[in-house]
Amino acid sequence: MEKVYYFDNAAATRLDERVLDVLTPLYFDRYSVATSEFGYSLGIEAREALEEARGQLADALGASSNEFIFTSGSAESSNLALKGVAKALGAKKGKHIIVSKIEDFPVLYSARTLEKEGFTVDYLGVDADGFIDLKTLESLITPETILVSIQHGNQEIGTIQDIKSIGELCHGKGVLFHTDATHTFMRVPLDVTDIPVDLITVSAHTLHGPKGIGGLYIRKKTPLAKIMDGGFQEFDLRGGMDNIPGAVGFAKAAELITADENQRLMEMRDKIISMVFEQIPDVMLNGHPSKRTPQNANITFHYVEGESITLHLDMYGIAVSTGSACFSRSLEASHVIAGIGGDHERAHGSIRLTVGRFNTMDEVVFVVETLAKIVENLRKISPLGRK
Amino acid sequence: MASPYNDIVLEHFKNPRNTGRIENPDGKATEGSPACGDMVSLYLNVDPETKVITDIKFESYGCASNIATGSIITELAKGKTIEEAKKITWQDASEALGGLPKIKAHCSVLAVEVLRSAIQNYEEKHGLVTAKEDTTEEIVRKRLKKVMNPIKGLDMVATHLVKEIDINDGVVRIVLDLPENHQFANAIKEDAIEKIESLWDINKVIVEFTD
Repeated sequence: MEKVYYFDNAAATRLDERVLDVLTPLYFDRYSVATSEFGYSLGIEAREALEEARGQLADALGASSNEFIFTSGSAESSNLALKGVAKALGAKKGKHIIVSKIEDFPVLYSARTLEKEGFTVDYLGVDADGFIDLKTLESLITPETILVSIQHGNQEIGTIQDIKSIGELCHGKGVLFHTDATHTFMRVPLDVTDIPVDLITVSAHTLHGPKGIGGLYIRKKTPLAKIMDGGFQEFDLRGGMDNIPGAVGFAKAAELITADENQRLMEMRDKIISMVFEQIPDVMLNGHPSKRTPQNANITFHYVEGESITLHLDMYGIAVSTGSACFSRSLEASHVIAGIGGDHERAHGSIRLTVGRFNTMDEVVFVVETLAKIVENLRKISPLGRK
Repeated sequence: MASPYNDIVLEHFKNPRNTGRIENPDGKATEGSPACGDMVSLYLNVDPETKVITDIKFESYGCASNIATGSIITELAKGKTIEEAKKITWQDASEALGGLPKIKAHCSVLAVEVLRSAIQNYEEKHGLVTAKEDTTEEIVRKRLKKVMNPIKGLDMVATHLVKEIDINDGVVRIVLDLPENHQFANAIKEDAIEKIESLWDINKVIVEFTD
């Protein structure tokens, strides 16, 4: 295989070999289901492995192990958070939910589904950097509000919300607060003893862990109804076969993330942004300059279209993504760029570069230099590119 | 590489032919707009005697299929008479490129339309438009199909933005199913006016919004 420059780590990450090492024996040696303590030895060992993984991940959030359940990933976690709370409180307390406009699809579409079922949803707008306004949020909360769901770090532009203030506001009003931390877990400090949040979506796929495993933190006594029927797994909140290799791999993946690594990602991110601004004219940063996830750079290149850029980059083995409508399967431009007040033009030429453990500073330099060349060439043939 | 584009498309995308601009061209046109997505401009020079397209150039602010179609369309049109060039269809361009992904059709249609518009521009500028037909709702609708709805990334007719069209004594009134303060209201309005006002028997275009 030719050299690949993978800069799409917000979408998925390469598995770390050390994660593979811990999950392999769970497929070949301790492959059984997790049995109760009255089961056979293999099953008891499997249960121990599952519970140890749960304990480690809960601990990483400052939570107790009975406050963390495993799911199949971020999408399921957010579905359970929104629909589970709706089911538990809809009839009892009210049918009003608030989410931000720039949430990732699992939250956004869970909210839309609930709307069809008779819930009222407010889609809270954001400012030019992607931040929600606390006062506006406060004004939207009514006695019928049962849940506020606002992400921790944005999937496209990396903006990190002040979830501590949001949580304090919600708790002051007696409203549950869910945050999607898919892009911040282990990368940005998040401790439930400090931040009053009731539900947190996390996933291994952004952390060099296995795909198909995620988790949901559920603060003690949070009303939540089961939406996946099956057995009594996961404290009877999520039926279905325990993904024990996934769980153990997730815990290992989380354990491997260090403050030094996060610092290194930030340096690569900042290098991408500063190099682009030095080498390429007519560019615009999407998101906040510093309050952004360590792995995320998102830049609009005026006068050129994103799919054309990504296709040229692909010819060099460089993988990135764009908010351009032409790139998406739905042919819809990024709802995040639209949410921060960007027009179609801003989404059209936006490129997201997200770094991970296996990227190097040399790769960053190569990618930006290649990008500069491609943008220059595309601008030469653009009716808007000539000054 | 498992690309949705075949090798011919990729080759034209990588090395587009006839790119750039002609200074003081005999005919020119632009389709699409930066506010709404892809945009393509086309310039041509025509031999006044033989009506053969002697030079043709295009510029694209678009995706791969837009660029590749712009490239192939200039190749197909160059050396042909304007009557022959008018007959070049999207199918011809797509066939010459060995096929385009269906979902990308609208990006490449723009590149075909711009050729026709540039020829029309040449004809209008050189007094060659003979058959003047009265503007009908159908003609207006057809022109509005070239205006993109940036909310959906598809044209404003297909996305049901056009609620009403009235034509009365040279005045076209269009009602759009969009609030006036919508983020894209102005861009769509300007685009729609630009497409309609050049019709020979129209002297005023009014765009109204619902609320």
